[in-house]
Amino acid sequence: MSQDLTAELCASVAAAIAAATPLCLRGGGTKDFLGRHCAGRPLALAGHRGILDHQPRELTLTARAGTPLCEIETALAEAGQCLPFEPPHFGPGATLGGTIACGLSGPARPHAGAARDLVLGARVLTGRGEVLRFGGAVMKNVAGYDIARLMTGAFGTLGILLDISLKVLPRPEAVRTLVLDCAGDEALARLRALARRALPLSASCHDGERLWLRLSGAERALGPAAAEIGGERVEPGRAEDFWDALVREQRHPFFTAPGAPLWRLSLPPHAPALALDAPQLIEWGGAQRWLRTVHPAEVVRAEAARLGGHATCFRGGEAMHSPFTPLSPPLLALHRNLKQAFDPHGILNPGRFHAEF
Amino acid sequence: MSRIQPPGRPFDDPELCASRAELARALRTVLPAEAVLAREEEVRPYECDGLSVYRQTPLLVVLPRDVAEVQQVMRLCHQRRVPVVARGAGTGLSGGALPCGEGIVLSLARLDRILALDPEARLARIQPGVRNLAISEAAAAHGLYYAPDPSSQIACTIGGNVAENSGGVHCLKYGLTVHNVLALKLVSAAGELIELGGEALDGPGYDLLALYIGSEGMLGITVEVTVRLLPRPPLARALLAAFDDVGRAGAAVGEIIAAGILPAGLEMMDGPAIRAAEDFIGAGYPVEAAAILLCELDGTEAEVAAQVEAVETLLARAGATEVRVSRDEAERVRLWQGRKSAFPAVGRISPDYYCMDGTIPRRALPEVLCRTAELAAEHDLAVANVFHAGDGNLHPLILFDANRPGELERTEALGARLLELCVEVGGTITGEHGVGVEKLGQMCVQFSARELAQFHAVKSAFDPAGLLNPGKGVPTPRRCSEYRQLPSPAHPHRH
Repeated sequence: MSQDLTAELCASVAAAIAAATPLCLRGGGTKDFLGRHCAGRPLALAGHRGILDHQPRELTLTARAGTPLCEIETALAEAGQCLPFEPPHFGPGATLGGTIACGLSGPARPHAGAARDLVLGARVLTGRGEVLRFGGAVMKNVAGYDIARLMTGAFGTLGILLDISLKVLPRPEAVRTLVLDCAGDEALARLRALARRALPLSASCHDGERLWLRLSGAERALGPAAAEIGGERVEPGRAEDFWDALVREQRHPFFTAPGAPLWRLSLPPHAPALALDAPQLIEWGGAQRWLRTVHPAEVVRAEAARLGGHATCFRGGEAMHSPFTPLSPPLLALHRNLKQAFDPHGILNPGRFHAEF
Repeated sequence: MSRIQPPGRPFDDPELCASRAELARALRTVLPAEAVLAREEEVRPYECDGLSVYRQTPLLVVLPRDVAEVQQVMRLCHQRRVPVVARGAGTGLSGGALPCGEGIVLSLARLDRILALDPEARLARIQPGVRNLAISEAAAAHGLYYAPDPSSQIACTIGGNVAENSGGVHCLKYGLTVHNVLALKLVSAAGELIELGGEALDGPGYDLLALYIGSEGMLGITVEVTVRLLPRPPLARALLAAFDDVGRAGAAVGEIIAAGILPAGLEMMDGPAIRAAEDFIGAGYPVEAAAILLCELDGTEAEVAAQVEAVETLLARAGATEVRVSRDEAERVRLWQGRKSAFPAVGRISPDYYCMDGTIPRRALPEVLCRTAELAAEHDLAVANVFHAGDGNLHPLILFDANRPGELERTEALGARLLELCVEVGGTITGEHGVGVEKLGQMCVQFSARELAQFHAVKSAFDPAGLLNPGKGVPTPRRCSEYRQLPSPAHPHRH
């Protein structure tokens, strides 16, 4: 299914500017839990959809932002390719635009890059009602400021993503998952040691009891790497379910158990174990640590800051004033200036990301 | 391309001399006297960067030694509305560090220390004046290296790499500067110290790090950079394949990528470039070939063995007339030597050469090479092509003689047509050298007036007074209307 709603979306933005009515951007509505509530008239974007160009030999794909993520993944799989950053869907309706606007990446992130690393270009409808194109469908491009990457993870506060060009990659020839029994501290130490070796590691997770490691690459290369690491080999179906469903889509009991809010701590991978006593799940070689805790935000944030990172109340923080780490005064000033530069009327997702813009 | 610049006032212009003396006095209150260069013979070496067809002496040159001094210089210049052009090693190829006659050059050469190298965390925290290669040299003892390796890596600095988002021959697999920098500190136009990113894999708020990298010194002065280091792969092997047809060589690149192989480097040279390199360095290149491909594969021994086998088969099937595989490290280095010395090699066969830098979708390569040859003939000039084939980044080298009247102008006209050709086939006017002053005209071809206005708005968000590297990177609307009126073949442009 393919449909170009550029003209309609431009008209909606023009009307919003004229009436000074903020718009609340909605793709598949799968990530409402993340970030702040946005007061505004909903603007549906999922209808603007369709893959515009996929060049397997160029490793590029361009699609309208409303294209369902599964449609893109299916098309890529047919060509033996994938989205290297393994974005989480968090629901069947997830769109490419929502994924890029939220800037979320999955288990492969430390090895294959984040959403922003794979974004090559974007066509954007700004808060001035202008359709602008930045970047392109080529790997290297330094003409003008990198606005396509700036849009990634901006939660729709700088512009409405219309079309997005991404770098895609071949699916690995072979994948193998290993699991080792070990405690969290030992897992961190092992991950640190593994990071210094040139191994075909493509994901890691400590679920509280065991350390799961995924290797991807040439079939012949995985055997020696696996022998070097040790542990027990996980049967492929179970391994895929673990990485895709349990970890990436957060269906692991760690995530689904009722109770305390879910916090995401983004830390230097080599940061030591958290001093907070709460259940946790470690990913990204130690760089992403999930925490279920009722500790006040200040406590969680202070701990993240002490270790050199930042903390987001990922689920259960909708009612919070700032689920994302508040910005320092000089950074906040730059954010306000940029918001003004792209959306001077303040009509795009105001307050959805941070209260101040 | 098309150097429409107002001619600068002479160095000894009385008015300039007065403001120079006054500003030097003020700067010497915040810097040691010897760190402020004001004499003509002292500032002359700063009049151009690697693109020496553009020259302009600055009002003054300052050489601060630390972040605090950079901040003081910036505050002082901000108060007085003095333009500031930051400079690293001056190896840039687009005139990005060209001075402004009424402003200062802020050299970061003295901020040249590696502040920390943490092998455990695989990070290096470095000052902007550290040379690119020096990072890998310092990391080598720990089996680590810094991946982006622009061809000027012996001389160019990390501050300049951040400004240009530099790549290199390994960026298809290991990424550009933007993929390998975790954090940086910048001094704003107003003199404020701002930190972007951190040692975590992402930071709060907008991705200002991504916006800042590649911004050509127009958003801030980089004073510290934290880079990610990678474990050196245990093994790397190189393959050389010869082709009697450039199109077939291009198609072979597509075959390798389509087979799911991601080489560490994948380079192409055409006949003229092969012969120039072979004459110069004697790497054993097949001089009768129309094109060669150099493909490097790295990883564990098992990985490399599997990939070498696969690539060898693919190359033979794609019509290579000859395929060689390096048997040891010395042979691998020798295979690369010709490619690495391609620019000086071309410099040997021609009095001057002009290196262009566009990116195209790889599938357009046969068409682009064919049209390049036609355009070169129309302009009565020769072109040698060196190509980062894996990521579509073309470096046509236009051979010319600046001493022959009109030849530089013809070269620039041809260069402009070649960049516009890149845009026409869906590519971009610069893959890694930046816009600088060189490609301001072509920016008007690649971007609409509204897109350019948006760039100016982003610039204002960081530097409302427009003091940082003024006149670079993004053309003014006036500049675009002048460019479009130049007497030359129809400029395809968007409104």
